[in-house]
Amino acid sequence: MITQALFRALDKKAIWVVAILLVIALAVPAANLLIPPGSPGHVPNYLVTLFGKYLTYAMLALALDLVWGYCGILSLGHGAFFALGGYAMGMYLMRQIGDRGVYGDPVLPDFMVFLNYSELPWFWQGMDQFWFAMLMVVLVPGLLAFVFGWFAFRSRVTGVYLSIITQAMTYALLLAFFRNDMGFGGNNGLTDFKDILGQPITATTTRASLFAATAIALALSVFICSMIVNSKLGKVMIAVRDAESRARFLGYRVEYVKLFAFVVSAVIAGIAGALYVPQVGIINPGEFAPANSIEVVIWTAVGGRGTIIGPIIGAIIVNMGKSYFTGALPELWLFALGGLFVFVTLFLPKGIVGLIGQWRGYSEWRNRPAPPSDGAPSGEAHASDLAERGENTKTVTRAPQPKPAE
Amino acid sequence: MSKALDTMLYLNGVSVSFDGFKALNSLSIIVKPAEMLAIIGPNGAGKTTMMDIITGKTRPDAGEVYFNGRTDLTKLDEAAIANLGIGRKFQKPTVFESQSVWDNLEMALKKPRGIFSTLFYASDREDKDRILDILETVRLAGRKDDLAANLSHGQKQWLEIGMLLAQDPKLLLVDEPVAGMTDAETVETANLLREISKTRSVVVVEHDMSFVRDLDTRVTCLAEGTVLAEGSLEQVSANPTVIERYLGR
Ligand SMILES: Nc1ncnc2c1ncn2[C@@H]1O[C@H](COP(=O)(O)OP(=O)(O)O)[C@@H](O)[C@H]1O
Ligand SMILES: [Mg+2]
Repeated sequence: MITQALFRALDKKAIWVVAILLVIALAVPAANLLIPPGSPGHVPNYLVTLFGKYLTYAMLALALDLVWGYCGILSLGHGAFFALGGYAMGMYLMRQIGDRGVYGDPVLPDFMVFLNYSELPWFWQGMDQFWFAMLMVVLVPGLLAFVFGWFAFRSRVTGVYLSIITQAMTYALLLAFFRNDMGFGGNNGLTDFKDILGQPITATTTRASLFAATAIALALSVFICSMIVNSKLGKVMIAVRDAESRARFLGYRVEYVKLFAFVVSAVIAGIAGALYVPQVGIINPGEFAPANSIEVVIWTAVGGRGTIIGPIIGAIIVNMGKSYFTGALPELWLFALGGLFVFVTLFLPKGIVGLIGQWRGYSEWRNRPAPPSDGAPSGEAHASDLAERGENTKTVTRAPQPKPAE
Repeated sequence: MSKALDTMLYLNGVSVSFDGFKALNSLSIIVKPAEMLAIIGPNGAGKTTMMDIITGKTRPDAGEVYFNGRTDLTKLDEAAIANLGIGRKFQKPTVFESQSVWDNLEMALKKPRGIFSTLFYASDREDKDRILDILETVRLAGRKDDLAANLSHGQKQWLEIGMLLAQDPKLLLVDEPVAGMTDAETVETANLLREISKTRSVVVVEHDMSFVRDLDTRVTCLAEGTVLAEGSLEQVSANPTVIERYLGR
């Protein structure tokens, strides 16, 4: 049973995505470390780190897509899980500084000395152990998602209301982490990291290893998401997205289906955050900003929600655009992003990946003798319309939009 | 409650109102095991609302609702009620449009509904044969890989009936099953429901009188949320109040 589920995970496109990511995990660090600078094929250090960062964003977008694209839960607070994973990693990195901080305290991080802490707060205990910190990277976002989802999904909060409370969740965390007395470094956050697993954090080899780790983590996330969405549970998730109450009348516990997807998604987002922090060298409360979570939604929409590859492509392309714009025309970036979102929503409902599908569908459609005029039907009220057209609609690629529960 | 013994479905004095409007007014209905009941009545009589109450979508303001002689349905939610063995076909055909006919049936198939049993589910020979059987029965074998969205209205009705069969319920609630079907399909549907009712309890709501005649079973006429008349189709359609309030219009 379980082996079958594993095989199912690697079918179709997923195996390609996993394979490509694993090749990248080896090739990019190799091209960075083994090919001397100046020779063709050398990948400069800054690009390794930049693309490493993009891959953590891709992981975050994939996590969001699992709940949004497949299960219909539009979370506007996924940045919170990413940031919590990042903080857990940041705490580990802070504890690695030891007495090399400005104040030279062997145990307390600089900001605690500055704020006159006499001892380490309880939640910083154990964070000097890598394994323990990694456990927290998974546990903290997972637990928050579980508790949040338990209450939200059981009381059947859906649609806009759910989106709003996820946004409120990340905003509340933003405010909390800004406070100095929370014990997370206030608005400066955690930074000035020195070592990770005994290696200097800025060394080229460390950077290359972090890149490889990120690509592998993304490949694993693709594998897990693919296993879920290709299973019967994945079909039920789509059923919940498209007609939630119908799924209930079939006997499925919709709230648990959503809770499962939400927790898995939060854990993936948390791991992405933990890989992000050592590569950018800082984590601060700004990561909880509601705008960050909204950006993730845009990446996913641009790439194509409800697909495995879409959010990965979307996150990388949009962030490449962002890197370019913030260098060349910084004041225009937000307009470009907003415009992009409007454009994609209006013209590319299935994103870049859907565009490729549409092209295929279009050429097929052109080869048909008498194409039916497609008046963009969605769901109800068009039943008779569909009945008339009957079999002719076979190849029309149409995305049934999620319907509110009836 | 003791009267509920030996019944599959027992509704006693069920009332519900929406914003002061009484959609059901002390409705009492009994369905025995392996019995079919046809329900007729004007639009707005409360037929669909009755199904909403049985399946846990709507809570009654008053009255008793028992399943299988002992289970109080007013205490359970939709999923729990479905898992007891109550299947429902909706008035507006509701299938999972973006998924294939096969997947629609696979999800409906009577199997453990838990998260991990669904995640690691692998369909075996027996499940596949069962789905193929159902596809034959509902005449969708040729369309098993098509998206449900691309079926005609009548085919969606049949897919939903197929999903009902896949659930293998003890009690089937079928709301206006033949809307959008051709005459031949309507006759087929009546045959199918008669066949099903040999082993299970079935409640069918329908306006189409020739279809109800084909069902050849006990008929209840509802109006304004309460029972107007009961008996064979001849008796009910000869009832002066029924003629005045429903058939005459
Ligand atoms: N959820 C609801 N909220 C308000 N009114 C409702 C609701 N459900 C049903 N009704 C009303 O109850 C009455 C009975 O409706 P329904 O059960 O659908 O009738 P039928 O299926 O017999 O045509 C109608 O007047 C309808 O408008
Ligand atoms: Mg009705």
